[in-house]
Amino acid sequence: MNARHKASVFAFLFLCTAALPAAAARIGELSETSISSQAFRFFTFQDPTVRYALIGTMLLGITCGLLGSFVVVRKMALVGDMLSHAVLPGVAIGFLWNMSKDPLAIFIGATIVGLISTGVVNILRQTTRLKEDTVLGLVLGTFFAVGLCLFSMIQHLQTGNKSGLDKFFFGQAAAISSDDLRFMTVIAIIAIIAIVLFYKEFLVTSFDADFARASGLPTQVIHYGLMLLVAFAVVIALQAVGVVLVSAMLITPAAAAYLLTDRMHRMLWLAAVFGMLAGAAGAFFSFLGPGLPTGPFIVLGATSVFALAFLFGPRHGVIVRWLKQRSRSHRVQRENTLKSIYHVLEHREFKGEGVSLRELAERRHETVEDAKAQADTLRRHDLATLHEEGNLIFLTPAGWQLACSIVRNHRLWELYLTNAAQIAADHVHDDAEKIEHVLGEEVVREIERGLEYANRDPHGRPIPSLADVHRGTAPAYRSEEPAGYGGKM
Amino acid sequence: VNSLIPPFKLHDVFVAPWTGQFDNTLWITLMGFLVTAACGLVGNYLILRRMALVGDAISHSILPGIAIAFLLSNSRGTTPMFLGALAAGMAATIIIEIIHKKSRVKQDSAIGIAFTSLFAIGVILISLYASRVDLDQECVLYGEIAFVPLDPPVEIGGVSLGPEPVVRMAVVTLVVIGLIALFYKELLVSSFDPALAFSLGINSTVMHYSLMCVLSAVVVSTFESVGAILVIAMLILPGATASLLWHRLPGIMCLTVLHAAFSAVLGLHLATWLDCSVAAAMVVMGAVLFGLAWLFGPRQGMLQRWFRRKHEPPPELALEQSGPAV
Repeated sequence: MNARHKASVFAFLFLCTAALPAAAARIGELSETSISSQAFRFFTFQDPTVRYALIGTMLLGITCGLLGSFVVVRKMALVGDMLSHAVLPGVAIGFLWNMSKDPLAIFIGATIVGLISTGVVNILRQTTRLKEDTVLGLVLGTFFAVGLCLFSMIQHLQTGNKSGLDKFFFGQAAAISSDDLRFMTVIAIIAIIAIVLFYKEFLVTSFDADFARASGLPTQVIHYGLMLLVAFAVVIALQAVGVVLVSAMLITPAAAAYLLTDRMHRMLWLAAVFGMLAGAAGAFFSFLGPGLPTGPFIVLGATSVFALAFLFGPRHGVIVRWLKQRSRSHRVQRENTLKSIYHVLEHREFKGEGVSLRELAERRHETVEDAKAQADTLRRHDLATLHEEGNLIFLTPAGWQLACSIVRNHRLWELYLTNAAQIAADHVHDDAEKIEHVLGEEVVREIERGLEYANRDPHGRPIPSLADVHRGTAPAYRSEEPAGYGGKM
Repeated sequence: VNSLIPPFKLHDVFVAPWTGQFDNTLWITLMGFLVTAACGLVGNYLILRRMALVGDAISHSILPGIAIAFLLSNSRGTTPMFLGALAAGMAATIIIEIIHKKSRVKQDSAIGIAFTSLFAIGVILISLYASRVDLDQECVLYGEIAFVPLDPPVEIGGVSLGPEPVVRMAVVTLVVIGLIALFYKELLVSSFDPALAFSLGINSTVMHYSLMCVLSAVVVSTFESVGAILVIAMLILPGATASLLWHRLPGIMCLTVLHAAFSAVLGLHLATWLDCSVAAAMVVMGAVLFGLAWLFGPRQGMLQRWFRRKHEPPPELALEQSGPAV
């Protein structure tokens, strides 16, 4: 990871984490007296508005997280984005139906328009040469513009109860009524039942569409069924998250879950929990100040979860991978130093025990300071002891063992390549240089067996045997019977 | 519902705007044309490079940049806004790259995560500092193209050129045209054939980031008039319509500008008739033009295809007539 990327990761983190406290501080400025009382009101749950808002946002978080998981693994994130913008005219039409904010009418209008937009995307993709992304952007923009036209016309109307209609853009959880809540519960239950009943079908069509088709599953029907459920999820999330940001609820919690697990059912659980947490956090923060939209806070809550998973995920997290990579490169460095010390000793036919820093530096073509740093690392890991004011390196038994086994890996691999893979003897060194650090004990023994316990590498140098490694002796003391190079495999 | 759609009066809709308040109408239409043309020209390259939704992401992401620039400079000055939006646009591009490269999240999800987060930060900043920011949620959604004539006019050497936003947009459009003319070959080659571009010594990465810079600059200059979301339609619609009608880039460019002009004029009349948001009406008319091109286009239009299918023998029949296959 280079410096620029690191800096931008931190900038990203800063943006995510700084926005919430900064917002909180600013809300405090706005209403010095009421902020703590608002928080108190929120946590006592006495106010029905608070209860509705909290339960509603949590329900939509669960629904969006569950369905979003399928959206993410099917790589349909941008279809979700298109769908979420395109339902806007449906909301306006639902409102016009009886000139009030009737949840059922708005739900039906938005779902129908959402399905129409999906149909338009399919028709355009089949009948024109336009690419998918162009078609998605085009349908998204057009439907959104139609919705805006209808909204601005509704605002100029004299009749009707228009309050709360503008909350559909950026979301307001406090506007969730008991009717809305009943509705959300029904949709959440439908989504959960559909996923439980058709889990296998959804799973197979998401990961291996060809196999699904071959085994006779109606993939098109399943696809449209899933799109219908996603449209449901988008529509119930509109009230609290808003048209513009609702796609984040589909994508972000599911993507965070995707970073943490490899199993679909675990991903569904995690995505539902993350969506729920994000919803609750958004409801809380937007409750603190007057007129604060809920949607952006929910989205930032989900983004914070994603950022945490991205950085600290136990297996795919950036920091864990970076640490692993660093510790691996340090180990390789140590093993290379040990190998050099072995080479120095071998050069003098294992006479004398200590290796001076100057010898090591000459061998490795580096400065004495660097060699000293290497020696210090070895000492810290109990692989060597330093004598005569740190100028003479003595390997400890553990260090000697490790040095022997690395050299043994290297030379056996070279021999294996020349004998079994017919690679010229002067081409095998670089490959062995890499593989020596990762070969396991089992594999090395198998190679040794295959090479009939040869004791010379292609360059004619002795290969330490397993016995040498364990006894801590040098291979030069052994009898020199069969040469390995050119032998049978 | 009857009161929703006012009766269509030909005179009120088509004649009155050009006789009653000629100045207003002219500046709004001109602004709409310039915005759509500049967006459409840049959008052509987005369509070619299959990055249409990156345009969507950038147009959402510049919001926090604009809001922060407002807060820091305490003014609606052009320079801080440009810098803020440019920085935010670049940040979005880099965040998408990082999420995509450093984790196993696919690019489409990475785009979705990056732009919604940045947009959310922008909306929060705007609603928290609403009193200090001369900018509200309405402006983000609808744009304020109808207020363009109210801005003070720019005068150079005593000659009044027009309201400040229109003049600025004209400059941006000319710069975009100039850049496209200057780097026409480089853009063309790197869009169609990155390998050839590499062998010609054109750095595709530099071209990509330069295009993103120009895109951010265009999007921010259109922000005040059409908002942050409608701009995606203005980026894609002209180019998509043109590519249904023509297949060579110079022709597509000309058609893009033509589409922009038509959608601006027709959009203005639609907005006059229905009394709705002007920017949204311009997009709707642009979409209608796209629909017409889709139906009646000379080569790939649906009507043409249907006609051809009816009058040409189906392919199997043609094979049979041409004698036994070898």
